[in-house]
Amino acid sequence: MGAIHMMWIRQLKRYFRSKSRIAGSLGQPLLFMLAFGFGLGPIFQKAGQGNYIEFLVPGVVAMTLLFTSIFSGIEIIWDRQFGFLKETLVAPVSRLSIMIGRTLGGATLAVMQGIFVMLLSLIIGFKIMNIGTLFLALIFMLLIALAFTALGTAIASRMQDFQGFQMIMNFLVMPLFFLSGAMFPLDGLPKAFNIILRLNPLSYGVDGLRGALTGAYYYGPALDLIVLISVAAVFTVLGSILFSKIEV
Amino acid sequence: MNKDYIKSSVKDSAKNPLKDSIVVEHLSKKFGTITAVDDISFSVKEGEIFAFLGPNGAGKTTTIKILTTLLDQTSGKVSLNGIDTTISKDAVREGFGIVFQDPSLDEELTAFENMEFHGILYHVPKDLLKTRIEELLKFVELWDRKDHFVKTFSGGMKRRLEIARGLLHHPKVLFLDEPTTGLDPQTRNHIWTYIVQLSKTEDITVFFTTHYIEEAEKIAQRVAIIDHGKILTVETPKDIMKKTKTKNLEDAFIKLTGNNLRDEDLGTADQLKNRMRMRRR
Repeated sequence: MGAIHMMWIRQLKRYFRSKSRIAGSLGQPLLFMLAFGFGLGPIFQKAGQGNYIEFLVPGVVAMTLLFTSIFSGIEIIWDRQFGFLKETLVAPVSRLSIMIGRTLGGATLAVMQGIFVMLLSLIIGFKIMNIGTLFLALIFMLLIALAFTALGTAIASRMQDFQGFQMIMNFLVMPLFFLSGAMFPLDGLPKAFNIILRLNPLSYGVDGLRGALTGAYYYGPALDLIVLISVAAVFTVLGSILFSKIEV
Repeated sequence: MNKDYIKSSVKDSAKNPLKDSIVVEHLSKKFGTITAVDDISFSVKEGEIFAFLGPNGAGKTTTIKILTTLLDQTSGKVSLNGIDTTISKDAVREGFGIVFQDPSLDEELTAFENMEFHGILYHVPKDLLKTRIEELLKFVELWDRKDHFVKTFSGGMKRRLEIARGLLHHPKVLFLDEPTTGLDPQTRNHIWTYIVQLSKTEDITVFFTTHYIEEAEKIAQRVAIIDHGKILTVETPKDIMKKTKTKNLEDAFIKLTGNNLRDEDLGTADQLKNRMRMRRR
């Protein structure tokens, strides 16, 4: 218990001490909201789809969650390079509690970032339609964060250094984001493309968030929840197994 | 000769109340087809300062990793404070402190926080923790820097902090893997002064490796020399010098292990592991 709490606190302390990290992590979502929201907004409206910012913001929040949580998981590589990983691995506590503490810490940071981005979006004109389901939106955020922090941990457990980082960015994180329906509506898509989107767990996260905040579900809240909970569970188990096998 | 010595010391300890704190019996470690540690046996007595010397790639770090539960052996037995390392890793881990070859601090945290986190990981009672941290940071002369971030520390200060951290949970055995590499003579001297003082006041067994052979000659009560995964000798520095008819331990070391240069990237545990990984791909 002490170890879980300690790893969690450590993540938070490190985060709040790094001002550049906070600023950097909010910059990108803000750019997305401004550039796409105002840039594509008029076309979206002309095509009869309504307000694009309303549509886009839940997607950008999901993006923030995805990026922050995967990178929190991948932070293990930093710990490996700076040596702190050894300190935790040689301690008389189970690897599982270290891994859980890390994952909770990373997920907490991701959810906080998501909330920051949501607050920022209110300034540029996003309106939360469903105040009543705000709590549900938080649950979706937490599930996305847990799933992808655990996935980041699983990946980082198998990586020795940052050489594979660019590959993860290009072949995992970016596809997860762009093929999730975060940026575009799902109806009327080519069938094969739609299937690809259905195979992406983040699609259900985006849909759940969008539904909870604006009321417009595509897959429906029940399916979204079931998929996200299962994926979070699978990734946590996978992350725990791979983390427990790390050798230094 | 060497084997007889080990046997007799094991036998002695059975009768003698002075117990062995580290016992290694027929320990071997293979990475694929390469044998990094080849059937070594030795024991370290409680309270002893024991040096483990060898050229690069001789098997030192692999042995330390096995002794400290970071790596599992291929065969043989290791026990620390009477506990078998393969049976209860956590119980073994409670009983030793370690200063790794490379720094293992969290640079984004302060010296005090690094200590505090270590205390929590090692279940040091909360009411004891603060006083123990103060005592140790004062001991390594870092108390006035306790709230500074570790990333602002020099190499020597980091080492001192790591030594203090390794002692926080009152370990019975302290492992030091090349604790003085890359430090100036003043800092090295300082660090060994602490360590000798410690082994006296806290009755700690100290097991260390170093490439500065003169440090081992000065500080260690007994020295093991390992090469190509095998132990060549385990004796007091004086006896080693006498047997090799040399004036100092460094000459004895070179006489025993030969003059050839070692290929640094051959043989070390990490390199072997990487090679195995490559092969798997």
